Amino acid sequence: MRVMRGVLALVMVLLAGTAMAADRMRMAVTTSFENSGLAEVMLPEVLKDLDLEVQLLVVGTGQAIRLGEAGDVDAVLVHSRPAEEAFVANGHARHRTQIMYNDFVLIGPAGDPAGIAGAGSAAAAMSDIAAAGAPFVSRGDESGTHKAELALWQAAGIDAAARNPSWYRAAGAGMGATLNVASGMAAYVLADRASWLNFANKGDLALLFAGDPAMFNQYAYLPVNPALHPHVNAAAAEALEAWLLSDRAQALIDGYRLNGEQLFTYNAGAD
Amino acid sequence: MNEILQGMARAAWLVVTLDADLVEIALRSLQVTLTAVAIASAIGLPLGALLAVSRFRHRRAAIATLNALMGLPPVVVGLVVYLLLSRSGPFGVFGLLFTPTAMIVAQVMLLTPLIASIAHQAMRDLWADYHDLLISLNASRAQRIRALIWDGRRALLTAALAGFGRGIGEVGAIMIVGGNIDHSTRVLTTAIALETAKGDFALALGLGFVLIALALAVNFAIHGLARTEAGSRW
Repeated sequence: MRVMRGVLALVMVLLAGTAMAADRMRMAVTTSFENSGLAEVMLPEVLKDLDLEVQLLVVGTGQAIRLGEAGDVDAVLVHSRPAEEAFVANGHARHRTQIMYNDFVLIGPAGDPAGIAGAGSAAAAMSDIAAAGAPFVSRGDESGTHKAELALWQAAGIDAAARNPSWYRAAGAGMGATLNVASGMAAYVLADRASWLNFANKGDLALLFAGDPAMFNQYAYLPVNPALHPHVNAAAAEALEAWLLSDRAQALIDGYRLNGEQLFTYNAGAD
Repeated sequence: MNEILQGMARAAWLVVTLDADLVEIALRSLQVTLTAVAIASAIGLPLGALLAVSRFRHRRAAIATLNALMGLPPVVVGLVVYLLLSRSGPFGVFGLLFTPTAMIVAQVMLLTPLIASIAHQAMRDLWADYHDLLISLNASRAQRIRALIWDGRRALLTAALAGFGRGIGEVGAIMIVGGNIDHSTRVLTTAIALETAKGDFALALGLGFVLIALALAVNFAIHGLARTEAGSRW
């Protein structure tokens, strides 16, 4: 019996350690936002200004939207406009607020076997890859980046049937894992600029094509509708939105540099 | 090869400098898994002993099922616990999702069949030895179970340690129900998955070596406390 009591006491002590305090909210964000490092700059400022601890769940856009729909997070910050608009249309959020954009870049082996470096547009670059049958790794996980990639294929007039598995590989993984696959296979891949700059295992890969406005990547903030999910911390989600729309957030976002490059451009409200 | 050496150096550096983040996630790993092992043992050990001393219809089927459940896929358990604890799920009102408690719940589901199954194997052999004695003493079923658990405590320790081994290295379930939130639900295994995704293999491997060292330390500590494999004892 003494043993049992000891075990019980141990359980109590360990469970007590899980209790937490302070006003906090949960926000589902995309891997690309987390990988940029911007969160580490902004969240301490939010804590200072609003006395609010924002806990990040770093997932793909598809999962982030699901978490918002289930009411498991208080807000989502994602980058896939059709999915966001469906989210609002279904009443999961009352509105969608544009915050900022960054851009996608086409990465590939430094030797550039498909010759996309001089392409006139993103669609032309995608056509070159398909024409050459050069290996291309797709996220394949319904994330915002994956959807952006599919939009570029569509713009290039290359449909799903034409993307032969002999060169088109769907990794079904996050940005980092997909870049690891591309690095291992010396394949082309579409990535957001922030993830690429922060990626440590570049190997033979290089940035080959960027700058087409079709590759701009708009982030939007969606507070979860408290009418549908009464338990969400709507006050905190609202306070964070007001903070994101402030001059202070603009200065932080526009001023953020990674390896000397500006990553994000603030365009809140300008719809 | 070079990356492995870098990983070792990184691990040594993290440990020597007692990196604050490392200490935090290592302690949380221990907290989650030790709690889960304690709860799973409290359920699994008596269950294993009960199965050894009881005779009932479908006993063989029950034991076969228990053995099969040892191989429960963590990702599936994680997904099921996620759906149960989600705000739109049946236990959503408790708000447990993405907390260490949710991770403990998932690990208890994973570890209990494993611990119960190993305990049952050990108790079955012991019961064969004790059967006539305990029956002739006219011991009640509860007394029989207690006698088996006490005399088989070393074998049961192995069952608990096997549970600890599965729990401490597990990532599939706790990633889904914990969410890998920094300073809240990040543990060693989810941090390793994150650093691998970032391509920082040296840090990921460094954390991996810390995890292995931690598992070794816990096993040595428990063997030391229980004084197994000591002195002239066989």
